[in-house]
Amino acid sequence: MQTEIIFAGFGGQGVLFAGQVVAYAAMDNGLEVTWIPSYGPEMRGGTANCTVIVSDEEIGSPQVRYPAAVVAMNLPSLDKYESLVKEGGHLIVNSSMVDRPVTRKEIHSVMVPGNEIAEGLGDKKMTNMVLLGALLANVPLLPLEAVEKSLREHLPEKHHRLLPLNYQALREGARFLAEKV
Amino acid sequence: MTRELWKGNNAIAEAAVRAGCAAYFGYPITPQTELLEYMSARMPQLGRAFVQAESELAAINMVYGAACTGTRVMSSSSSPGVSLMMEGVSYIAGTEIPAVLVDVMRGGPGLGNIAPAQSDYNQIVHGGGHGDYNLIVLAPSSVQESVDLTVLAFDLAEKYRSICVVLLDGSIGQMMEPAEMPPFQPLRTEYPDWAVTGAKDRERRFLSSIYLDPPQEEAANLRMLRRWQEVQANEIRYKTYYMEDAKFAVIGFGSSGRVALTAVRAARAEGIPVGLLRPITLNPFPEKVVEDLAKQVEGILVVEMNSGQMLEDIRRIAKGAAPVEFFARLGGIVPLPDEVLDEIRRLAKGPLTLEGHPRDRWLARMGTLN
Amino acid sequence: MDTQEEVIVYARPDSLTKTNTHYCPGCTHGVAHHLIAEVIDEMGLRERTIGVASVGCSVFAYNYMNFDFVQAPHGRAPAMATGVKRVFPDKVVLTYQGDGDLASIGMAEIVHAAARGENISVFFLNNANYGMTGGQMAPTTLPGQKTTSSPNGRDVETQGYPIRASELLATLDGASYVVRRSLHDPKNIRLAKKAIRTAFEVQLRGLGFSMVELLSTCPTNWEMTPQNSLKWLEEHMIPYYPLGDYKVNPAVAEIKG
Repeated sequence: MQTEIIFAGFGGQGVLFAGQVVAYAAMDNGLEVTWIPSYGPEMRGGTANCTVIVSDEEIGSPQVRYPAAVVAMNLPSLDKYESLVKEGGHLIVNSSMVDRPVTRKEIHSVMVPGNEIAEGLGDKKMTNMVLLGALLANVPLLPLEAVEKSLREHLPEKHHRLLPLNYQALREGARFLAEKV
Repeated sequence: MTRELWKGNNAIAEAAVRAGCAAYFGYPITPQTELLEYMSARMPQLGRAFVQAESELAAINMVYGAACTGTRVMSSSSSPGVSLMMEGVSYIAGTEIPAVLVDVMRGGPGLGNIAPAQSDYNQIVHGGGHGDYNLIVLAPSSVQESVDLTVLAFDLAEKYRSICVVLLDGSIGQMMEPAEMPPFQPLRTEYPDWAVTGAKDRERRFLSSIYLDPPQEEAANLRMLRRWQEVQANEIRYKTYYMEDAKFAVIGFGSSGRVALTAVRAARAEGIPVGLLRPITLNPFPEKVVEDLAKQVEGILVVEMNSGQMLEDIRRIAKGAAPVEFFARLGGIVPLPDEVLDEIRRLAKGPLTLEGHPRDRWLARMGTLN
Repeated sequence: MDTQEEVIVYARPDSLTKTNTHYCPGCTHGVAHHLIAEVIDEMGLRERTIGVASVGCSVFAYNYMNFDFVQAPHGRAPAMATGVKRVFPDKVVLTYQGDGDLASIGMAEIVHAAARGENISVFFLNNANYGMTGGQMAPTTLPGQKTTSSPNGRDVETQGYPIRASELLATLDGASYVVRRSLHDPKNIRLAKKAIRTAFEVQLRGLGFSMVELLSTCPTNWEMTPQNSLKWLEEHMIPYYPLGDYKVNPAVAEIKG
């Protein structure tokens, strides 16, 4: 069983970190995982994305054309990846940063006002965690608690004061569930 | 088993440290720079030698000097930087001393780009520097394998007094995967009997690649060749997947190999009896395995991120026992599994031919792309 | 029987092998080899010295020096010496390089070794041409000097100006001791030996990069008798390449005092 997720957004939105959190949690739970960033001139500002593949067996390609899930943090990411989500897959959209609905009907889409929620929690940098919470609530990948545990174990000690806020953001995001297709 | 999440480049650096690498010399170049950066912090922390050289040319010659002391030493670079190192590579090979070189390949020729490629296969596997020599070439396809092969590289380099190259593409250097690190090996305190360590209580020693007298040079060449035969006899490594009942085979190394694995599984799910051979030692090449595989299957698909450099080796070895087809993406593009799956379907559907050249057929198919 | 005690006034240093020279008659490489070997003997360094030979006439330096040696690609001796020294900080590491090797193809390596303050001693033989390949123009060839690749004399308009390596390297903070000496007469040879000794002292005290440039003759390629070549060195090379101390770190000055 293999699940492919693409996290995409602007540089600075924490998409690479969100992907790493999943990678750590998958590893901690005995699964195979790959995390691969897009790297190139575009990593100097502009768009950023990473692909995370979680599996219970040796992972082949670390990249796929048609991912099981996409977390789109902004409009360019939505435009780029909407058509590529596997049929029956999930598209988690940061609705704060897009001005249109998801048009495909045969995939599960979840619109999450990530920026507003994060700002409501007092830290806009938590947007990625809100979206990650929504992803975990909708895609049968890992329990939210497992991700929280991995965050605690792998986040450097000096950032631990931010843990409660991260948990809160994850749980706020997890309240958003896709409607049945 | 304690697994940690490692980026490929960093993992190779830490593996080298644990393998007892006493000195690192390098120069920044994407996509291997993290390796140099990691070493710049880690080596001084352990009281070991680290120098950011003025060029790859200087870096490889620092490696040359350090290797003459018989200690474990390495450098790392990416394609254009490795081209610049070819002088030192030839000299080190000619001096018959061990060194480890990591080449994280990127798109070329020329300045090319910084995306993943496998287009330096010929440079590393079939030469690059001047003169008759062979490098041991290891091609990992994952972070864990990069770790394991880096440790092996030091052992093989020493065992055969040879340069051992860990050859990977930029995507393996940049990706993160769980990996288990090897145990810490102590730094060596005794030096081999050929090393220059100061002529204390013994005859002086001299290390060079110079043999002005042709019969002596011939003798040196023959000695290296006989040592290479030992490498060929003992050190071939590869991995096969789903080959037992396979009627078709895909062959790919490094990233191409693991992309192909996804495609092979998908093809199997469709009922196509296809397997995969992933060579791990590119030099020495698993020739016997390919020879036997060619007799077993009805068709072979070679997948690479170059214009068919390993393909020529496969064709030479298969000797027409099975038709060979080819698929590649170039210029820094990593093939996606669905592209390879399409190629496997085409292979299984046939008809296949021994006529013509697989590269020509692939190029014709690519014609629609560009 | 009347016995008279024999006093040895001259002998082959332990640091030189018993090998017939391949250098041309009148060439000053032999003098430079001898001086380095004498100093290594006198300082008791032979068993902990590792030499790095270069490419050029001195490619065979290892044949004569009776201690461990490695052989660098053309120009790369300072890089190779860096590799040796970083692994063995307690060994004495020297390079022996000609002017084509050091000031042309190996310019990047020598400049950066000096800039890093690499704790090695460089002996730089400047004879104003490429000796081994038969007397071509070197970066140190004087303006107007005829060589096989500047048959009408070095034309600075098209072939550029000579490089004064000592002056150039002396500008670098990492360089501790950079001097130019000459091998054209006994007095200067004695001064050269003293400088070679100082260079090793600098290394032993960990003071960083040291280089002794030695103006040398090449009678064969200059097409002169050995005697005339010594005279030519004095009259033509020294005015362009003045002898002197170009960089003496204050800590080095203390050694000398």
